[in-house]
Amino acid sequence: MSLDTTRKANWFSRLAHPGAFMNWSGPMVWPLAGITAVLFVVGVWFALYASPPDYQMGDTVRIMYVHVPNAWLAQFTYAVMAVAALGTLVWRHPLADVSAKAAAPLGAVFTALALFTGALWGRPTWGTFWEWDGRMTSTLILLLLYLGIIALWRAFDDQLRAGRVIAVFTLVGAVNIPIVKFSVDWWHTLHQPASVFVAGGPRMPGSILTPLLIMTLAFTFLFLTLHIVSMRTEILNRRADSLERQHAARSPGA
Amino acid sequence: MTRKQKRLSILAGFAVVLALATTLVLVALRDQIVFFYSPSDIAERGVAAGEPIRLGGLVKTGSWTRVGETNDFVVTDGQTEMSARYVGILPDLFREGQGVVAEGSVTPTGSFLASNVLAKHDENYMPRELVEELKRRGEWEPEDVALGASR
Repeated sequence: MSLDTTRKANWFSRLAHPGAFMNWSGPMVWPLAGITAVLFVVGVWFALYASPPDYQMGDTVRIMYVHVPNAWLAQFTYAVMAVAALGTLVWRHPLADVSAKAAAPLGAVFTALALFTGALWGRPTWGTFWEWDGRMTSTLILLLLYLGIIALWRAFDDQLRAGRVIAVFTLVGAVNIPIVKFSVDWWHTLHQPASVFVAGGPRMPGSILTPLLIMTLAFTFLFLTLHIVSMRTEILNRRADSLERQHAARSPGA
Repeated sequence: MTRKQKRLSILAGFAVVLALATTLVLVALRDQIVFFYSPSDIAERGVAAGEPIRLGGLVKTGSWTRVGETNDFVVTDGQTEMSARYVGILPDLFREGQGVVAEGSVTPTGSFLASNVLAKHDENYMPRELVEELKRRGEWEPEDVALGASR
């Protein structure tokens, strides 16, 4: 390892030490929450008032401004957990466990909301709430993966062991992420292919793209805020548990 | 090799094997995973009459006729066409030139009898007012929707 990468690794592990994390993340919570709130106010204003109805769907297009951000975060949150799983398995980093555990319920909620808003959009647009096409089925599997991971975290008493088992499970499940993303390109699906990041630019004008991007940013900041808060809670919980254990060890008669 | 590098390379090997296995499974199951078959797929496969299947493609422009609740239209994928019949109320987004998925079966005469019709939405979004303005000026080409962002 060269001197430069060693220094970089040290810089990262200094910030990622649970104690250091508690110090620097604390002051960030309220500013992050403030940015999230502002983005939501602007985003909802664009999504509900300052954007035009679609030429085919009319006002139903507005469901997309909630559906797409949730679907994006459903996948992004899993990517965060997969990176954390590498941190757990390769570097045995305690903060990686905490990050993965804190992300799972958030990912489950984003995925459930993506499925729910998709159903609401599908009924008037396609004529059905649900069909077993590639995109929808793989997204449902994603939700089941999240629920399985949450259940695993609760099934183990020893959280260190839980972290390693779940990290392996998370990495196996990560194979589903490219399937969710590319299902619409690989197979005939009822769900339409991607609209924003495609060759030749977004398949929508600025008036529809603007609310979509602001809402996506708003939901992403919501994730960052909730993830940090949830990680802090988990670290404090673990400290409280170890204090309790130490206390119990010191007073065997109690 | 440090222990970290060793663990990382084990995981990388595991990822390659997993990706390969998944790819093989998905390629093998391709025909089961697709949500619908195009008219070309159905022609190629020689699907048996009465076998439940989904037909998908574009509703051919100028092909849709309606008598009472009986709708006749032609589904095309640009190469092969298949005439279809559906008795019932079509979804709002059903129209000529748009994507459609019909559930039903092929009749002995080689046309398609649908028991349910779903409208397929494409990846393009356009403000209603802009489309009306373009139509008023006679410049509306549905194929242009893809270029909407550049306007």
